Amino acid sequence: MANRWKNTLTDRDVTDESVYLNRRHIIAGAAAGLGLSGIGQSASADDLEPTSWDDITSYCNYYEFGTRKDDPSKYAHMLTTEPWSVKIDGMVDKPGDYAFEDIMSKMTVEERIYRFRCVEAWSMVVPWNGFELADLLELAGVQSEAKYVAFETVNRPEEMPGMRYPVLDWPYVEGLRMDEAMHPLTIMATGIYGKDIPNQNGAPLRLVVPWKYGFKSIKSIVRITLTDTQPPTSWNKAGPREYGFYSNVNPEVDHPRWSQASERVLGTGLFARRQDTLMFNGYAEEVASLYEGMDLTKFY
Amino acid sequence: MTLSDLINTGLRRIPPWTIYLASFAYAGWLLWLGIDNRLGADPVKALEHQLGEVALYLLVFGLAVSPLRRTLGINLLKFRRAIGLACFFFVVCHLLVWAVLDVQRLDRVWADIVKRPYITVGMAAFVLLLPLAMTSNNVSVRKMGAAAWGKLHKLIYPAAILGAVHYVMLVKGWQVRPLVFLGVILGLIAWRYLSKLPSRQSATREIL
Repeated sequence: MANRWKNTLTDRDVTDESVYLNRRHIIAGAAAGLGLSGIGQSASADDLEPTSWDDITSYCNYYEFGTRKDDPSKYAHMLTTEPWSVKIDGMVDKPGDYAFEDIMSKMTVEERIYRFRCVEAWSMVVPWNGFELADLLELAGVQSEAKYVAFETVNRPEEMPGMRYPVLDWPYVEGLRMDEAMHPLTIMATGIYGKDIPNQNGAPLRLVVPWKYGFKSIKSIVRITLTDTQPPTSWNKAGPREYGFYSNVNPEVDHPRWSQASERVLGTGLFARRQDTLMFNGYAEEVASLYEGMDLTKFY
Repeated sequence: MTLSDLINTGLRRIPPWTIYLASFAYAGWLLWLGIDNRLGADPVKALEHQLGEVALYLLVFGLAVSPLRRTLGINLLKFRRAIGLACFFFVVCHLLVWAVLDVQRLDRVWADIVKRPYITVGMAAFVLLLPLAMTSNNVSVRKMGAAAWGKLHKLIYPAAILGAVHYVMLVKGWQVRPLVFLGVILGLIAWRYLSKLPSRQSATREIL
């Protein structure tokens, strides 16, 4: 983990939303001390105001529970998340079913305040708690031939009323290229604001890839497969012209049905100005090198 | 006395202007909820979508007036103009919220109309509604003659279909609600052709 993100705070530091502002300054200070705080386009937390817990947990896209933004918060309680295990298979040394508790006992949970940009051109800032995906993959032992990581969401129509409708080809699947998966910004989130992640946000563990549109951050993961071929992804299957495999946040590449140049920041009210969207959602410094030499209008 | 007679008797006591009053009140209430931060995390989209959806409901309601009268004997004819104009009012509000609060820039509004098919379709529906709204008064009916007026107002059919298609196109994936709207609107229009169409004379009487 040569490229490991430095963060001295753990989720134990996150207790109360009311003391949140103070603590954010500590993180910002720490990041600046480590030289991570760039100008403008930076992954550091210093200029990010977290969206409220209520907004984060009530405004969700989780189509297995319904397509309206408030459907997931209404129906996600029907999903049982205990016990939970994740099958890790494919090109790994130690394939098998990993119990959620066993994973958590071996992982270092940190707080990451990330921008979250939806393909629908809205955004929020989420204080996630989670661990680096790289750590989990190393636990299973990635073989050298593996080039991609495929993910799958839990598939339980009896607990997920939105699955009655063929809005997408269930179960939801997503994927990353190996270098994206191993990037220190890529985390498996298990909490928000220091609390367990609510079901509607993808309990008990979900992917978070902050430089890509939100739908890449697959929820309630039950399977991770290492493979040497590019895995299918749900939205790409539903509309390849609109949702590419990479789905990097890019203000210059529009979604065919709307511009991606700007975004509405959630929780800012009816008359708030739109905000310009940043290349790679503000994480260009950290991830632009992954896509060097690629035509991003072609590999969108 | 049949149930439809009872309903018709009740309806006779309600003046059509109550529809205008309810429409203004509801739109104003929604705007107030938005200003007061009670429309959730994304109040612009909530307002935009709610106004658009009400317009679609009114379209369906307006298209249902004739079938209701002919199949169940419920007479809502005196409300039809108010329903149509209220629908237009919500479409205008929907358009204003989209342009002013959502897109926020005039050059982008135009760029979107030209570039984004679902917006082009929505704008086409709006353009079709314009002459209908402008001629929804007694003076226009008299000046145009009932037959020509009736013909012009058949534009509501393509407008309604485009409105529903706009909704189907704007959502991600194949969602149920917009498809139900489209199905109902197509069904109500198809009904007019499948049932024995009234002669021109009775159609004219109906309009007046």
